[in-house]
Amino acid sequence: MDTQSQTAIKGKIRTPVRMTGAEAVVKSLQNEGVNLIFGYPGGAIMPVYDALYSVQKELHHVLVRHEQGAVHAAQGYARVSGKVGVAIVTSGPGATNAVTGIADALIDSTPLVVISGQVGSALLGTDAFQETDVVGVTQPITKWNFQVKKAEDIPYAIARAFYIARSGRPGPVLLDITKDAQFASFDYVYEPVNYIRAYKPIPDVEQEQIVAAAQLINLSKKPLALIGQGVILGGAEQELREFLEKSGIPAAWTLLGLSALPSDHPLNVGMLGMHGNYGPNIKTNEADLIIAIGMRFDDRVTGDLKTYAQKAKVIHLEIDAAEINKNVHADVPVLGDVKETLPLLTQKISPNSFPEWLEEFKACYRIEHDRIIKNQLAPLKPGLTMGEVVDRVSTAFGDDAIMVTDVGQHQMMASRYFRFKQSRSVVTSGGLGTMGFGLPAAMGAKLGAPDRQVCLFVGDGGLQMTIQELGTIFQTKIPVKIVLLNNNFLGMVRQWQELFFDSRYASTELINPDFQMISKGYHIEAEKVSEREDLDAAIQRMVNHDGAFLLEVVVEKEGNVFPMVPSGASVSDIRLE
Amino acid sequence: MKQEFTISIFSENHVGILTRITNVFTRRNLNIESLTTSMSALPDVHKFTIVVYSTRDEIEKVSKQIEKGIDVIKAFVLTEDEIIHQEVALYKVPTKTLLEGNEIEKLVREYGARILEVTKEYTVIEKTGHQNETQELFDKMDKYGVVQFTRSGRISVTKSKDELLDNYLRNLESKKNGLTAN
Repeated sequence: MDTQSQTAIKGKIRTPVRMTGAEAVVKSLQNEGVNLIFGYPGGAIMPVYDALYSVQKELHHVLVRHEQGAVHAAQGYARVSGKVGVAIVTSGPGATNAVTGIADALIDSTPLVVISGQVGSALLGTDAFQETDVVGVTQPITKWNFQVKKAEDIPYAIARAFYIARSGRPGPVLLDITKDAQFASFDYVYEPVNYIRAYKPIPDVEQEQIVAAAQLINLSKKPLALIGQGVILGGAEQELREFLEKSGIPAAWTLLGLSALPSDHPLNVGMLGMHGNYGPNIKTNEADLIIAIGMRFDDRVTGDLKTYAQKAKVIHLEIDAAEINKNVHADVPVLGDVKETLPLLTQKISPNSFPEWLEEFKACYRIEHDRIIKNQLAPLKPGLTMGEVVDRVSTAFGDDAIMVTDVGQHQMMASRYFRFKQSRSVVTSGGLGTMGFGLPAAMGAKLGAPDRQVCLFVGDGGLQMTIQELGTIFQTKIPVKIVLLNNNFLGMVRQWQELFFDSRYASTELINPDFQMISKGYHIEAEKVSEREDLDAAIQRMVNHDGAFLLEVVVEKEGNVFPMVPSGASVSDIRLE
Repeated sequence: MKQEFTISIFSENHVGILTRITNVFTRRNLNIESLTTSMSALPDVHKFTIVVYSTRDEIEKVSKQIEKGIDVIKAFVLTEDEIIHQEVALYKVPTKTLLEGNEIEKLVREYGARILEVTKEYTVIEKTGHQNETQELFDKMDKYGVVQFTRSGRISVTKSKDELLDNYLRNLESKKNGLTAN
C-alpha cells in the first residue's frame, strides 16, 4: 500500500448539510483529497458535471477526447503519484469505452475510482436510451463495483470505493450512479472508510515464514531476487535496497518493477522476461534460490513453467494470497506488505556477498552486449535503431525522466535501454498490453508529477489508437514529450510473423499519415528525424522546448527485439538472434 | 487427481456476489455440479454451497480467488468425510401408475421417500438423501413413468466441533476494535 495515499488528509463531515446527490459526489471526491479528475460528459452524468462547474478551481476536470483516454490518463496519474486516479464517464457507450482502461488497471494493480452515470432507476432494465448493465459488464474487471440508486448511499459508496481502490493490492473500482440519485436532495454527512468486515487488505505476517525464508537465504549459494511492482506500490524501495545490500543478492526486475531500484545499482542485473536481459533469464534456471518480491510470475516472465527455476527453492513475498502457488510453487510463502516483511527478513539474514555469482551475470551481460546491445546502441548500418533513440533520449533527460510507453517493440526497447534514478519513473501497460495506452497515460503522468519531465515512447500503430488525445494535450496545455518511433509497421506482430509465420506479413504494414502535420494541426510543435547525425540536436530541441512536443523518428523498418524467449519456451532457451 | 469438493462460502448479503463467485469457476472452465445459497446461522451472513469436481491444487486456487471478492468473508474447501450433506428430490408420477400396481409404493417404502400430494391426475413424491440415492430412486421409478423430476443443490454442515467461521469473525471483530481504539 502506498504511503502517500494512506496519509492523505481525509475530511469528515458530521453535521448534515443539505445537498443533491451530484453535489455529494463532488464533495465526497474532495473529502478524499481529490483535486484532479479526467472525464467526458453525457446525458446520464450531467448533474455531476453541473456540480463540478461550481468547484472548477479546487477540483480540476480534464476533458479528454474519448473515455478510454480518461481511464488511461487516470492510470498514468495514479502510477506516478501513488494517489487514486479518478475518471468520470456517462452511461452506455461512455462506460463501455472505459472498459479497456479498467481491465488494464486491474491486471496492473492500479488504484482507480471510475464513476459512471446511469439511467434513472425507474428505467433500469427497460433498454432505455444509453442504458448498459455496466455493473455486469465490469464485474470481472474491477476489484469492486456497485450501483448507487439513492442519493443518501453516495457518501458511503464513495468512501468505500476509495478505501478498496488504494488498500492492499490496489485496483480499479467502478461506481454506477443513477441519474435520479444524482438529482435527489438529502442530508449529507461524510465518514471515510477504513474497515470492511469481509475484506482483509493486508494479510497477517507469520513470523515462522520469516524465519524459514531467512534460513533459506543464509544457506543459498546462488540466490536471485525478482523485483515486482509490489515494491513500488508498497513504497518499499528503501527497504528493498537495505535487504539487497545486506544480503548481497543480485536482483532482476519485471517490466512493472522497473525503477524500483536505480538502473546503475551494482546489484541490479537487469530485466526478466520475454525480451528481458540474457543473464537474469539464463540464471533463473541455475539459481538455487528465487526470492520473488511483490511480483506474480506472469507467463511473460516465466516462459515454460515445467522447466522454470527447477533448481531453486522459491520464497514468495506477496500481499495477495491468491498469487501464492498460482503459477509457481512457493516453498516459503511470506504473506504481507513487502514494506513490512522485507525489514523483518533483513534483520534475520547474515551479511553476505556473491562475487563469483555476480560475475556470472556480468559475463552474460558481455555476451548480450556483444551480440545485441552494441548493435542497437552503436549500429554500423545506416538506419536508426529504436535502442539508440531510447538511449539518446534517456541521456538528454539526464536519466531522470518518467518514461511512459505504449505497447509493442518500442515498449520493450524503451524498457531495455532507458535508465532510471528514482522510483515511480515508469508507466507502461504490462499485463493487458493495451495499444493506445501511451498517449493518454503520459498526459496523466505529467499532471501527476508536474515537476518531472515525462517522455512517451510510442509506435506508429499505438499512437493512432488514441491519437485524438493530442486535442486534450493542446487544450489543457500538458507539456509531454512524445517520441514516435515510426517503422511504418505493427512491429512486434511483424517480428512474430518473421520468426514464427514464415515472414507472411498479414495486415501489419501501415500506410501512415503525416504525423507532423497532425501534431501541428493540434498546435503541438513537431519535428521529424531520419538521419543519425540529426538525432541528438532534435532531441535537445524537444527537451528544451517549453510545452508539448512530438518528435517523429523514422527507424529501421524491419528491426527485431532481441533477446527473446519464444512463447512457451524455457527462459534458459532465450534466443540472441 | 480429480475428486468431489464442497466449497462453503460465507459472504455479506449484497447484490452481485453470486456472479463474482461463479465467474471464478467460469474463467477456469470448471463446471459447477450444484449450487445453493441461503442464510447462515449468523445474522447478516449468507452461505453458498458449491459442489465441484476438480483437483486439490486447482480448488485451493479457486477458493483463494473467491476470497478476493471484497464482500466474501471466507471460503472453506471441504471433502466428503468432513461434512454431513443432503439433497432433496421431487418426483411427479401419474396417480394411475400408483393405483395400477404396487411397485411405486414399494419403492417409496424401500427408499424412505414420502408422498407429498396426491390428486386424481398426479402424485408428488419427495426423497432426501445423497445424490446417488435420489438418482437410484429416479432410475427405478422411471420404469413406471416419472413425468417430472427435480433435485436441489447440496446443503451441508461440517462435522468439526470448532465453528470455523465463528472463530474467524470473532478475530476480525477484535482487530476492528483495535483499529478504532487507535
